[in-house]
Parts: sequence; C-alpha cells; structure tokens
Amino acid sequence: MSIDISQFHDVFFEESFEGLDAMEAGLLDLNVGAVDLETINTIFRAAHSIKGGAGTFGFIPVSEFTHVMEAILDEMRNGEREVSTLSINLLLESVDVLREMLTAVQQKTATDDGRIADTRQKLEAMKADEFEEPELVKVQVEAVTESKDLGWKINFNPHQHLLQTGNDPVRMLRELGSLGELTTEVNDSKLPPFSDFEPEDSYLSWTLTLLGDIPKEEVDEIFEWVDEDCDLTIESIKAPVKGPTRVEIMVAALDKHDVVSVEFTPEPESEPEFSTTESVVDETPVVAVDIEETQSIEATLPVEKTTTKSKIATPAASSIRVSTDKVDSLINLVSELVITQSMLSQIGEHFTPKMLPQLIDGLAQLERNSREMQEGILRIRMLPISFAFNRFPRLVHDMSDKTGKKVELKLTGEQTELDKSVMEKIGDPLVHLVRNSLDHGIEMPEVRLAAGKAETGLLQLKSYHQGGNIIIEIHDDGAGLNEDKILAKAIEKGLVDASDELSPEKIHDLIFLPGFSTAEELTDISGRGVGMDVVRKNIDSLGGSVEVVSNRGEGSVFTIRLPLTLAIIDGQTIRVAGENYIIPLVSIIETLEIKTSEIKLVSGKGELYPLRDEYVPIIRLYDVFNLDPHITDLEEGLLVIVEGEGQRVGLFIDDLLGQQQVVIKSLETNYRKVKGVSGATILGDGTVALILDVPGLMALYRDPSLALFVNHNRAA
Amino acid sequence: MSEIQQVNETLELITSIDDGSEQYLSFFLGEEEYGVEILRVQEIKGWAQVTHIPNSPPYLCGVLNLRGTIVPIVDLRLRFDMPKKQYTATTVVVVLKVEGVTQRTVGIVVDSVSDAHNVVPEEIKATPDFGSNVSTEFISGLVTLEDNNMMMILNIDRLLSVEALG
Repeated sequence: MSIDISQFHDVFFEESFEGLDAMEAGLLDLNVGAVDLETINTIFRAAHSIKGGAGTFGFIPVSEFTHVMEAILDEMRNGEREVSTLSINLLLESVDVLREMLTAVQQKTATDDGRIADTRQKLEAMKADEFEEPELVKVQVEAVTESKDLGWKINFNPHQHLLQTGNDPVRMLRELGSLGELTTEVNDSKLPPFSDFEPEDSYLSWTLTLLGDIPKEEVDEIFEWVDEDCDLTIESIKAPVKGPTRVEIMVAALDKHDVVSVEFTPEPESEPEFSTTESVVDETPVVAVDIEETQSIEATLPVEKTTTKSKIATPAASSIRVSTDKVDSLINLVSELVITQSMLSQIGEHFTPKMLPQLIDGLAQLERNSREMQEGILRIRMLPISFAFNRFPRLVHDMSDKTGKKVELKLTGEQTELDKSVMEKIGDPLVHLVRNSLDHGIEMPEVRLAAGKAETGLLQLKSYHQGGNIIIEIHDDGAGLNEDKILAKAIEKGLVDASDELSPEKIHDLIFLPGFSTAEELTDISGRGVGMDVVRKNIDSLGGSVEVVSNRGEGSVFTIRLPLTLAIIDGQTIRVAGENYIIPLVSIIETLEIKTSEIKLVSGKGELYPLRDEYVPIIRLYDVFNLDPHITDLEEGLLVIVEGEGQRVGLFIDDLLGQQQVVIKSLETNYRKVKGVSGATILGDGTVALILDVPGLMALYRDPSLALFVNHNRAA
Repeated sequence: MSEIQQVNETLELITSIDDGSEQYLSFFLGEEEYGVEILRVQEIKGWAQVTHIPNSPPYLCGVLNLRGTIVPIVDLRLRFDMPKKQYTATTVVVVLKVEGVTQRTVGIVVDSVSDAHNVVPEEIKATPDFGSNVSTEFISGLVTLEDNNMMMILNIDRLLSVEALG
C-alpha cells in the first residue's frame, strides 16, 4: 500500500518555517566567542529536522543545503569551530536562503539558483576552510595561478586619537607577526617637534608586508576594532586571487559542473571598511576568462533575481497552529452543549406548564454555553504578539550592522494575545515604526556619548491589554522629535500656516500627515516614500489609533492602540428617530438624564453639558444623520457620554435598548464607507443595524458638509 | 410569492438554452419596460424592511440582510426621478451582480418582473441622443419585443457603480 505523502507537506512547511524562526532567534542569541551549547543545540536540532523532513519528502536541494549548514553547526557544537561574527552572519544568510527555497517549493515557483549556489559555496568554503584544506588548495594553485607568493601589503595609518580608544598599534603589529613573516616600514613624517608632542596622540603610520598563506579574514580580524580610527588598505601581493577562500569557491564550482556566479569584487556586506584593492580588480578578469572557457558563467544573474522575486506573491492558504488545551476546552464546551441540548429536547417532548422553570434554566444554560463556545472559538484566533515581535531581533541586528549604531532591543509582554487578522495587518506598520526609531531616533554611538548617554541605544517594544484594547508601545531613548525641523517642513509643504501657534503635541502629530517626510536624504532603511501617514492609515483601518510622545534629546514613545478582535464587539443598542443603532460599549462612558437648565449655550447654538469638571458638546444624533426627530426636548431623551480620539461628547438619543454582542459586517463589501458608521450587524430578528463610529460622528458634527447627501425626502 | 417562484423556474429553464443569443430579464417601472442581462441576476425576492443609511441619496432605500451579507437596495423609480410608489408585499427586489473594481451585490426595487427574452445582439439598437432632456447614459441599447413593446437595456455597472450610489 502506498501512502500519498503530499498530504503531510503543509505540516512539513509549517514546522520548517517554525524551525527557521527558531534558528534565526538562536543565531541572534549566540555571543561571539562564548559558546552557549544549549543555543547551538537548539539551532542544530532545527536544522536537523528540516534536513530530515526535506529528505523524506524528496526536496533534495533543501536537504543538501541544510546538510552543509548542519555540518558547520556540528563543528561549533563540538567546539571544533569558533563562533565568529562572520560565521553567524553566514548562517543567518543561509537561513534566509533556506526560507526562500522552502517558500519556492511550497508555492511551486522557481528558486534563485544563483543565490543558493553562492551561499552554499560560501558555506562549503567556510567548512573546507579548516578541514578539507590541503587537497582543494593544491588543485587551485595548479588551476589558477603559478604564483605561490601569497601575502598582504598593508597600509596602516592610525588617526591621532587611536590610543585614546584603548587600542595599541604595537600589540596589533605583534599579532600580525604571529600570522606570518612580517616586515614593517614606519613613516614618522607626521611626528611634531618634541615640544609639541602629545604623549596620548598617535603620529606614526606603517607600511607592512606580511608574507605567508594567510586568509584575509584573519588579517581583517586584527584590525576589526580600529577600522573607524585609522586609514587602512590591505592589498594582496603578486597573487591574482585574494586568498584561499576565494580559490576554493572556484574549485568547488569547477568540480560540480554547475552554473555558478563567481564574485571577484570584495563583498560589500562583509568587508565594507576596506578600500578595494586595485591589484585584485585588475587581475581578476584573467581568472574569469579562464573559467569562462570551461564553464558557462551566468553573467545575467541580477536580472534573474529580480524576475524570480516578483513571482513570489501569492501566499498559500493561511492556517494557524492551536495549542491543544484550547482545543480541549472547546471539546469540553461542545459536550456541555450537547448535554444542554438533550435536556432541552427532553423538556420539549413532554412539556407541561409546570416545567417552565426548568425550561428557563435550560435556556439560560444554553446561553452560557453558546457564549463560552464563542469565546473559545475566538481564542483560537488569538495568537501571542511574539509572532509579530519575533522578526525584530533580526531587523535590529541587521540594521545596527548596516548603520554602525549600537542598539539593545528589549521586548516585554510578548505573550499578550491578539487576533490573527489584526496581527497580520499590524506587522508592516510595526516594522515601519521600529525602523523609523532606529533610523531617525537612536543616534550614532559618538553622538550618544557626546550627549552624555550610554553608547548603546535602547529600543523597547511593550505590549499589554488595557480595557478592550491591546496597547503596543515602541520606546527609544534616541534624539526625540525635532519640533523646529518638523514645523519648518510642514510649513514648507503647506501643511500648516507659518502663523499657526502649535503646541509641541500638535507638532509631533504632524508627522502623521500625508506627504510629510523630514529625512534629508533617502536612506536604505526608511524614507522610501512610505510615510507615517500610511502607518496611521493602516492602524486606523484596524479601528485603532497611533500617537507619539517625544522629548527632545530623551527619545520618543509611539503608542498603538488596537481592538482585540475585528470580528465581534459588545454593543449597546440605542434608538433615535425610529431607527436602531449600535454604539460600541467600549466607547460609552456613561448615560445620563439631563435638565435643560444645566445646558450652556455657545454663540446661541452650540450646546454644552457640564460633566463634573469639563464641558462636553452635545451632538444630536438626528441632526448629524439628518433624520426626522421624534424627540427634540433634551429632558425627554437621554445623553450618552462617549469617548473617541481622547475627546468626550454627549450623544443625544431617544432611548437605550438592550446590550448584546454583535458580529461586525462590512458595509463596504457591497456599498461604501459611510461617515459616522463603522459597519453594520445583523440583529436577532434578521434586520440590519448600523454600528456608530464615534470619531466619525464628531467629524460630522464639526463639519456637516461631510454628509454627502442631505436627505429631505425622509418625511415620508 | 408563487409568481416569483414561477419566474425563478423559468429563469433556470431559459439559461439552459444556448443559441448564441443573450437572455434578458425584463421588468416594469410604470409603463416602461427595462431589461438586464439574465446572467447578472442573482435572485428575485419580495420586498422586506430595509435599514436606512444616514446621509445617503434619496434613491438608496437602505441596506438589507441577504443571508448574512449587507446588500444596498436602490429604488429604481427614484433613481430615474419617477414618482415614488408605496412599497407593498408585491413590490419586487431584483438582486444583481455588479462588476466594478470588485464584484458587488446590489438590489433594485422595481414595480414588477415581466419576462425573460432571448435577444440576438444584432437586434439591439443604439440609444438615440436626447441631449440633456432625458438622461440616457445608463441605457446601453433598445430592443423591440414580440409584442412591439420597447425594452431598454440597462448598463447596471454604470447605473449601480460605487460612485453612482452616492
């Protein structure tokens, strides 16, 4: 009997992606130098199960790729390999590649073979680096060059303040000497006369010649801590190849008879601080031609990359993993429901008026059961917000690498649960806000030190429940918002008048306006045209809000407020002018009967009600909705105090009806958005009731022209 | 309601015939006969109480619960500036599938449903230009029926577009 194993594919993919996330998190946790065996084991196990699964399902490229990663991890685990920044970054890159491969397999799209081969060769090179060295290198030497005279010529010109940073050139020279044969040539032309000599400054520079078969990485490592404090060039001597690592890449390619891309220019990611050496660039084409004759080299790889990327668009049908206890509790609830149902049908079969109390009890039980069922089912959709937070360690890691900023990321409240649909939509705005804080908020280490702050910036993501909402806060202890700059920009863009007097809060709020971006130059990280206005729009569309509090020089806090779920709300049914509406219970503060004598008038029209220590404007609902009122006397109706966007107003209505949970239905599916209405719901009798949108009502009240049609025909 | 059932059955029967011609469902507004492509008709139902949408144009009666989705209902008489007629139990709502950026479901209130007609595309005549006197932008063509009555074919995608619904 054969089993169709494709039915397990989905599970495999889901587990693999989880495994990749775990690997990524583990890699980011690894400290360079200090080996945490438990973390490495976690990463190893994840890689191992992906390899095993991929092998079982016949995704051979995936399992082969993972195998190489696994080998390197195994060496780390056994202490045979040092955990270096280089290897961690390479493994992270491999995780990305693996994720792309799995996505491609899952969606049956083409993979970016160039990148995969490239990364795989880097991995193999790293693995071979120490363990398969002899054979490969020999092949290389014969194949590529007759020159055995490998070595490095280093121009090392420390800046004057090098000694103050705690680095000692003497120690570095000594270490270089331990790598191979070192000849030094000192340049003392900058030495001042003895009377001007500052003992804490560095005046010397060196031209160093280091002979021997030494990987560039080892040379780089020695200068790793001083790269910002000196002028440095490292050139290879007489050799067309930069070092054994490169050479092995080519050999691996030759062996595999594969289409490969060979990069001859130094990779910008791993070695940004060194100027490109001319000798290498000049001579590499020779090598390239050599290989071109035997192998076909894909020169058009970048083009291919873009085409494959654009294909990956349609995500697979979404699914969620649910913890068993949630399912168990649902099963319990269902069995209770079955019991209640059988009890009720028994009553129904032999019903006598005497059994009325029993019937009422049964119905009450049914109501409780169905409510609990509903909550239980909603809980299935709830996921801890760590799903959205998990990507940030990597993001912060990559960005601090790229920008040279030092950032510590602190996550709190990751277990706070949030509806899956909200989670999916909040991801991008969150990424944008975090990037923004990293890019514009947290300063470079020097700037921070100069401002008397710790060198390492602190970025905090907090999440917690408050009332019916979930709150996400993004704190940074960076520069804070620059009010002058924002205001100047807003005036320049014509968003505000130069004569307007704006409070700092109002100025901060300007950044959320469309067409606003103060980034002086577009950086890779933010400022790509997607502004804070999009963030606000996305969050608004979820029924949430976002605001910023900022102190110049101390940092900023972005606070996002989101409803727990989009699907169901607690509603209060109200009646006005013969129509029923629903007000979300969360926005109701209280309901009052009022006396006309308490009302204060503003310029004869605007009505204010004194509520304790504040005056709240009264919105007559029939007015903003242009309905024919049944009750116009304030003393006959009721005033519902509601809150929206931090402001309170009193809604004047005819009467309160019941409270109930309502399922939100969209009006936009078949119609359009209606001002002052956030959606609709279907009541128990099958009729439709509109759900009021408090901020929208306030806007309508302030500007009645927002109502598109003033309906005079309602008299009928 | 048996009349509606009967029409629904006829609809099923007619859509199964294919002789190259297209079928149109015709209905009356007063004395005028209008037609819509039958494939756009989702269902025909009797009048039910709708929920009024605040600040909407007069011809939008409101919204209706159609098996869990919220469907706007347009009074075609008011849309065409014809005098309003009281809704009764025999008032008919034709539920249509309207194409636009997305497919939407919209109901129109008409006086009565008449018949289903087979129309060969060549029989459709262009709408004469009345200038600004009569608005004909929603009428895509005219057809003479067997009984010498004229049927105006409605362009419902234009008539019931999101913008047109106010």
